[in-house]
Amino acid sequence: MGKEIKAGCARPTGGPVGEKADTSKDSPQQPMIKEVKAMITVGKKAPDFTAPAYHKGKFISVQLSEFLGKWVSLCFYPGDFTFV
Amino acid sequence: MSVDSVFVHKMWNDHELSRMVKGGVPFPMLSDGGGRVGSVYGVYLEDAGVEARGRFLIDPDGVIQGFEVLTPPVGRNVGETIRQFQAFQHVRKSKGTEAMPSGWKPGKLTLKPGPGLVGKVWEVWKTKMAFD
Repeated sequence: MGKEIKAGCARPTGGPVGEKADTSKDSPQQPMIKEVKAMITVGKKAPDFTAPAYHKGKFISVQLSEFLGKWVSLCFYPGDFTFV
Repeated sequence: MSVDSVFVHKMWNDHELSRMVKGGVPFPMLSDGGGRVGSVYGVYLEDAGVEARGRFLIDPDGVIQGFEVLTPPVGRNVGETIRQFQAFQHVRKSKGTEAMPSGWKPGKLTLKPGPGLVGKVWEVWKTKMAFD
């Protein structure tokens, strides 16, 4: 799971898991990956992303699509050391 | 995943969570500085600069089967998340031939949708089964 890395930044890859990002619609003025809002619909593919992570004593980079073939619970929360 | 850095994740794990869970957090604690991933998932609260309590259930094909999003003051029910995983796993194993009625948990009655069941659910499934 995830290769060890120096800590970086999380970023959406711009495509659904298991598929290449669709760059065909990008104009030459927008060479960067477009970050699409509100891509979430049940029954549709999850938006893929890479993110730095802390896991069992190491800093690693995790990409959601690494988990294809497994069931995944992706949880967001407001912040470390919050109370709930 | 939260907007905290991996360094803060380490401190939280080492100083608090490892005292709640033996061996510490077993899964990767993801960092989403700026909430860019959270924005794509619709859980980033721009005014507060933090992410809501969003939970997305993703199947082995990468398909989102369900999600739940709560504002910060109320915690989730992990048991319900596990029940939903079990239900979706059962559906997948049956290749979609079985459906899980309200209140289903492992061992309870499943339904096999088809022409013969139309208008007959009341005969096999009772309302109290949603609560037991």
